[in-house]
Amino acid sequence: MVSKFLKKIYTILIFIFLYAPIVVLIVFSFNNSKSRGSWNGFTLKWYIELFKNEEIMKALYYTIIIAVLSAIISTIIGTFAAIGIYNMNYLSKKVALNINYLPVLNPDIVTAVSLMTLYRFMNIQLGFLSMLLSHITFCIPYVILSVLPKLKQLNRHLAEAAMDLGATPFYALRKVIIPEIMPGIVTGALMAFTLSIDDFVISFFNTGSGVTNLSITVYSMARRGIKPEINALSSLMFLTVLVLLLIINKRTTKDLEKRGDIA
Amino acid sequence: MKQLKWLSYPYIFWMILFIIVPLILVFIFSFTTGDIRLNGDFQFSIENFQRFFDPLYLKVLGKSVNLALKSTIICLLLGYPMAMIISRENIKKRNVMILLFVVPMWMNFLLRTYAWMTLLGKNGVLNFLIKKLGFTPLNFIYNDNAVLLGMVYNFLPFMVLPIYSVLIKMDRSLIEAAEDLGANKVKVFLKIIFPLSLPGVVSGFTMVFMPALSTFVISRLLGGGQYMLIGNLIEQQFLWTGDWHFGSAISIIMMAFILIGMAITSKFDKEKEGGGLW
Repeated sequence: MVSKFLKKIYTILIFIFLYAPIVVLIVFSFNNSKSRGSWNGFTLKWYIELFKNEEIMKALYYTIIIAVLSAIISTIIGTFAAIGIYNMNYLSKKVALNINYLPVLNPDIVTAVSLMTLYRFMNIQLGFLSMLLSHITFCIPYVILSVLPKLKQLNRHLAEAAMDLGATPFYALRKVIIPEIMPGIVTGALMAFTLSIDDFVISFFNTGSGVTNLSITVYSMARRGIKPEINALSSLMFLTVLVLLLIINKRTTKDLEKRGDIA
Repeated sequence: MKQLKWLSYPYIFWMILFIIVPLILVFIFSFTTGDIRLNGDFQFSIENFQRFFDPLYLKVLGKSVNLALKSTIICLLLGYPMAMIISRENIKKRNVMILLFVVPMWMNFLLRTYAWMTLLGKNGVLNFLIKKLGFTPLNFIYNDNAVLLGMVYNFLPFMVLPIYSVLIKMDRSLIEAAEDLGANKVKVFLKIIFPLSLPGVVSGFTMVFMPALSTFVISRLLGGGQYMLIGNLIEQQFLWTGDWHFGSAISIIMMAFILIGMAITSKFDKEKEGGGLW
């Protein structure tokens, strides 16, 4: 009895630890005062200020553009790459997948400075293009990792049957393979989009000429001190990521249920 | 379907250009000196690595490894019981609890760290409460403990999830057998549960240790402007001092530490059943 009670207390404490900072942030985004020391009533003025702040709006614009572009491009390259890699022989497959894992396993900061060095070497001015290329680079591995399991489930004979019946490989790809692995592709695209919106370290090192994203803006504002606008911005970003995560989660659970082996 | 192999060629090219070549460049940079502004005028040298053995930098490395280890151990001590509690719940409750654990992890980690700034700051929420209770405000932020707290907060889910995924797969009958044979709870834990969950502990350990060692944001925001960890050192070399050669050497040293860590942990994880996140 006592141990059950202790377990409950422990669980509650851990979840308070996890959520208290987020709740405080959201609550204070509605506080009608600049300081966090006191509560001066409910207001939406920080949200209005937020949308009037040119620096933040510009960062929001770049964040979305880059997230959409890198999600689209990395999904296309990643899906084709996954199909290609899946059909390789054992050795090349292993090598390709291990290299694919490098950006996932490497610390962000190492990926960031190595890309920075590359752009320097190729004389690419740091800015929009370098940030976009970097985002595509770290998104593709995750697209591949979401598409590959779908390919493993795919019945190999379907595509072969299509080709035996006279379909060109390209036609079989378009009419048979792609529709079958579509759920994996969509999950990969959502994942790429979320990762891109969320990224700070790699963007921070590989941007310039006034191009920033929301994370970089939060970082530079936080270094200068705390501003209520950031609280409002954080609450909105939290909500966005939460919704995206719930969609991804729902997709995977539905998928597991369909296969009938929910763990 | 072998005809479809060529579909991966664009990405093979991409991988070579954006994954392999950059890492090789960092490697070359770390073993050369020269002025970054004069492209191509590099000489081979191990000066950058020798420079790192200055006590000043060794201290930074020591502090980073120390903090990363401490935060990993705290995460283990806090996370293991949590993973165990969750794994004993029924499936519905279990999935909700795990989802609740994952949600903060997907929130931008910059914002999570920033949230602690608002809690710990000089005029922050904690000091407000302390003043309300009639005590003198304390100095919570801009010290080692604040950085440590930030690390534990950010990386705790990375410890809980792999341990949890091993625990739910564990064969319950082994525990029951031990109990039937007269082992008490402590003995069951030490002789059965913990050894069997080792793969999860090991992957949790790497997943916390790696980002904790390489962070520069947590230390900057919660440790203050002068706070130096190895990540901050790399940032400083690349963005402010402009000594990319030294910065690359530090990156290589950091990667070496992480590789050593992974090699040690993979020794423990022979069966490869450790639940990763992916």
